[in-house]
Amino acid sequence: MKSFPLIWSNLFRRRVRTFLTLFSIIAAFLLFGLLRSIAGAFEMGVNVAGVDRLMVSPKYSMVDGLPISHLAQIEAVEGVAGATHMTWFGGTYQNPTNFFPKFPVQPRVYFDLYSEYIIDPLQLDAFERIRTAAVAPADLAEEYGWQIGDRIPIEGDIWLRGDGSDLWEFELVGTYTVRDDESTFASFLFNYDYFDEARIPETQGIVSNFVVRVTDPDQAGEISARIDAQFENSINPTRTATEEESNRQFAAQVGDIGLIMNSILSAVFFTILLLTANTMTQALRERIPELAVLKTLGFTDRRVALLVLLESVLLCGLGGAVGIALSGFALQALGPELEGFLGQIEMTAATTLSGVGIALLLGVIVGLNPALSARRLQVVEALRK
Amino acid sequence: MGIVELQQVSRHFTKGRQTVEVLDNIDLTIEEGDFLALMGPSGSGKTTLLNLIGGLDQPTSGSVEVAGQQLVGLSSRKLAQWRSRNIGFIFQFYNLLPILSARRNVELPLLLTRLGGRQRKRNADVALTIVGLADRARHKPGELSGGQQQRVAIARAIVADPRILVCDEPTGDLDRETADEILDLLELLNREHGKTIIMVTHDPKAASHARHTLYLDKGNLVREAA
Repeated sequence: MKSFPLIWSNLFRRRVRTFLTLFSIIAAFLLFGLLRSIAGAFEMGVNVAGVDRLMVSPKYSMVDGLPISHLAQIEAVEGVAGATHMTWFGGTYQNPTNFFPKFPVQPRVYFDLYSEYIIDPLQLDAFERIRTAAVAPADLAEEYGWQIGDRIPIEGDIWLRGDGSDLWEFELVGTYTVRDDESTFASFLFNYDYFDEARIPETQGIVSNFVVRVTDPDQAGEISARIDAQFENSINPTRTATEEESNRQFAAQVGDIGLIMNSILSAVFFTILLLTANTMTQALRERIPELAVLKTLGFTDRRVALLVLLESVLLCGLGGAVGIALSGFALQALGPELEGFLGQIEMTAATTLSGVGIALLLGVIVGLNPALSARRLQVVEALRK
Repeated sequence: MGIVELQQVSRHFTKGRQTVEVLDNIDLTIEEGDFLALMGPSGSGKTTLLNLIGGLDQPTSGSVEVAGQQLVGLSSRKLAQWRSRNIGFIFQFYNLLPILSARRNVELPLLLTRLGGRQRKRNADVALTIVGLADRARHKPGELSGGQQQRVAIARAIVADPRILVCDEPTGDLDRETADEILDLLELLNREHGKTIIMVTHDPKAASHARHTLYLDKGNLVREAA
């Protein structure tokens, strides 16, 4: 690339302007890397959910809750191999930034249904036997320095105790791991019986949803319909879907994550497009006599246009590469903080490649008009300027 | 047959409804190895004539043959390629690229050749040595005097070894002493290196360095003197 020194020198002719533009592009691609990776984490949660499990949720809103009495009826539905319930606890451990999901569950049935969760049988026995027992993902326990036997205080926000207190205390009796990192949404689990007895009597017997294992995943649609038909005319109708669909619906209730992220990124890139186009147009205007000199020396119209276009591509490509790299570092640094809330967040090869692709495309779009102007430049007229 | 052959060359420009006749039926032959000064008042057509010879412009009518190539009708791309091989340009205001060092400026025409990086650098250094600026290779134009910048421009003009140097008021921006140095350098290039030089100038003293002087007035060749 013989002309590279020429392109590079031209790029940094007005250093302040170039650096300001470059920083804008870097900021845009830093945002791109972060947002796409976060959106990817949502998608990853959807993709890894088991296909042989169904989630039974309140038909209209996830805040309604369902009576635990539904469980027996669900277990009786043809095609259901097993079922349990889960309740979103919310709550805060020490401070609100220590976020991780917490669920009161039926210990043994829960671990039977989530066979990808691996726990020591003795610890599972203790979890079932001790009413205030809790188990945690091993990495979560490590993160907070919990040891077996530690008492973990959680401040309730959704669920209060019957005695009016909001402080819940659990004894850590075990830890569990997830086979092959199959799911990243492992949660802090504690004994449902203790939770139900201790909470305000008016709220007892209410759970968030039911998890159902089906005998034949191919029949999941029919089984879902049968479960929902059971409760169609009750005051607590249900909506049953695979875990994958259920996660999607949960995300949809939060908002269309992909659409939100893409809308933000579109606005950012549109702004960057205008900003960089302005920089390149100004740069071209200042250099008209110099481009004319190049043509005088024998540079063809096409070659001069290519020099201008490559300058734009280099600017955007450089900004894009640095921005993507910075977002990779940022995710490495912030990943453990966000993991509890969003699951595992990582910069995938697809995000990296699409970021670089967008940066280069941006460079071409931005540089196209100045390049065509440079191509059309008439030497004799331009030399007079 | 000369290295430059112009026959019945006219160049008109249209401004709105008005047609301005800049050159009118010029016939001109310049022999290889000549050093020709083109003189005349402003607007007489000197620079237009120079642009036609240098392949930067096309005549409205007539024939322009330079270095054995008929330039009339050549595409923009072919003209550019032809210029890079046959013509070296020297301008009044040097027209160096301010962001590049002297060496990089001189190297520019060689980017259009197949030469490798080392050979390009070597050739640029030779050209800078010829013009007496070997020790300023790393300096940018802003760090050089006007005379030195014009020397760099001359080095850039000769680095690809063209047969013809086209100079548009090469001393117009320089003081007398520096102008004489530049003219001596052009004479040297003509005499020792065999370059054909066509120079537009307003300055009779500059023209006195040429072997021939051609006077233009209102687009016509009015006098040619040895």
